[in-house]
Amino acid sequence: MVADPNLYDYWPYRDRPKIVWPGGKTLAFWVAPNIEYYEFDPPKNPSRSGWPKPAPDVVGYSQRDWGNRVGHWRLMELMDKYGVRGSISLSIGLIDHHPEIIEACVARNWEFFSHGIYNTRFSYGMSEAQERAVLEDCIATVQRATGQRIRGYLAPALTHTERTLDLIAEYDFWYSCDLFQDDQPQPVKTRTGKLMSMPYSLEVNDVITYGALSMTPQRYADVLKRHFDQLLEEGAESGTVMCIPLHAYLVSQPHRIAAFEEALAYITGHSEVWVTTAAEIAGYYRDHCWETTVTDVGRRGLATGGTGFAP
Amino acid sequence: MSLPDDYLTYPLRAYGMDQDRYPWRPVTARPPISWPGGQPLAVMIVVPIEHHTLEPSGKPFKPPGAMQTPYPDLRHYTTRDYGNRVGVFRILKALTAAGLRATFPVNADQLDRLRPLIDAILADGHEIAAYGLAADKIHWSGLEPGVEATWIAEVRRRFDAVGLTPRAWLSPARQQSFATLDLIAQQGFDICLDWEIDEVPIALRTDHGPLTALPLSNELDDRSLLIDRRQTEDEWADQILAAARYLSTGADRFGGRMLGFTLTPYVAGQPFRIAALRRMLAGLGALDVWTATAGQIAEAS
Repeated sequence: MVADPNLYDYWPYRDRPKIVWPGGKTLAFWVAPNIEYYEFDPPKNPSRSGWPKPAPDVVGYSQRDWGNRVGHWRLMELMDKYGVRGSISLSIGLIDHHPEIIEACVARNWEFFSHGIYNTRFSYGMSEAQERAVLEDCIATVQRATGQRIRGYLAPALTHTERTLDLIAEYDFWYSCDLFQDDQPQPVKTRTGKLMSMPYSLEVNDVITYGALSMTPQRYADVLKRHFDQLLEEGAESGTVMCIPLHAYLVSQPHRIAAFEEALAYITGHSEVWVTTAAEIAGYYRDHCWETTVTDVGRRGLATGGTGFAP
Repeated sequence: MSLPDDYLTYPLRAYGMDQDRYPWRPVTARPPISWPGGQPLAVMIVVPIEHHTLEPSGKPFKPPGAMQTPYPDLRHYTTRDYGNRVGVFRILKALTAAGLRATFPVNADQLDRLRPLIDAILADGHEIAAYGLAADKIHWSGLEPGVEATWIAEVRRRFDAVGLTPRAWLSPARQQSFATLDLIAQQGFDICLDWEIDEVPIALRTDHGPLTALPLSNELDDRSLLIDRRQTEDEWADQILAAARYLSTGADRFGGRMLGFTLTPYVAGQPFRIAALRRMLAGLGALDVWTATAGQIAEAS
């Protein structure tokens, strides 16, 4: 166990090299619909039970199924209306359960990335062989179903081991959504590979705003617009990233979807915005910004060496 | 079954306080103080720079902001770290735009890691204070003898090592032992931000000379209002402005007073809260208040 994971170097936000996104855009905007499957009766993980209440959690389970049966479709049509392609945080097991959803996303040229097999199977306590088996399953299953090679990873239920990021880098993932330290991407210090932290968000994630923080729909729309305004202003100095992570079982509720549309219309109505996907941001960053960041961190004397969990 | 007889004895039941750090003095007996510029109110903005370890000891409790999920809780580690990398620079920019100076208590174990931030704080003209050795090194009466003195000496040594001589002290989680005041005074700290006794600075007795307590509002704590109580950034900003406006009146009866409040980088530095932060700082600037650092206020009181 370590006090500081050493996954990235300290890098102050002030006076960073300027990032300009493709087309001269100042803010890269992506939307991450979490398309998840929660098992009815998941096996026990010693560190955490699958559901907060005893299984079966009928209300929790059925609301998530509503998200898959109804909510996603509503959200997909809304995103179509504003020209936003989703970057899907996918419970890979859903490919077997609900292929219709996958086909609808493929037809829209949306991106898929891994959110584990089920959101009720946690990484805690996995051996290296078990983690590798999960990653290989994720890569192969998405490849087979969609032809896409996944490049991103968000740990199931945000559960990790010390080796998770090293492993995904080794399997040629390009980005992790599990690190929340910044509004710009940054190289992650892994043993091999070329992995970056991709700004995802908990602050404007509907699970937090609607679940943990009990916001009203109008308040959520207001937070999204304020968040965007600030990151857009700063993006003129050096390009920023804004992600809205979503869960259809929350945001697509009939009493909430209009408020989200208001925010989405506002954001996509700005010409300085690069409306894109996480993999496209990652691809651009690898080619145009990676070395600049590493050089700047080094120039400031902030490169501490070592790799994650191995100072 | 009953409690021991001495449970109903009250040896300190007498006029005044039940401890000897400072005397009882109701507001009606307070001699008026004057701030250097004659303003009715001094405002102290405190920006705590804290680092939350991936493996908190939890002793005697986890400090606010500590890890919550099983190890390795990268989620909470990185959301807290965001404050020291990104959020604090938004706060610095907003302070400069409003022309205000603040006090930045720093965990001593972060002085090297966050050196560029320390340099930016100093370059912008703010004051550095000590914030214990680490967020997870909580001072309390259950520590083994000698441990607390060692920690505080280590804090002073680490600040010395980077050429800084802070006067003001904020305890991690604002928790103290019965000896904390004596031990920090012994290490040359003469201002403490843990005690919120009054609306003016208060002299505290220690074994190593007097020390000034500057009140820092617990009820206006941004982490408490915005995270724990889920208030909006506008509601939070309006309450700070309401307090400042209220305390700006009545100087003829009460003399000069002060208001201290926190801007926690990972909380107040979130993008969606910056507009409200700017509005609040501009609102303070528009009032007839003296916004000053802990050292400046203690010097003037």
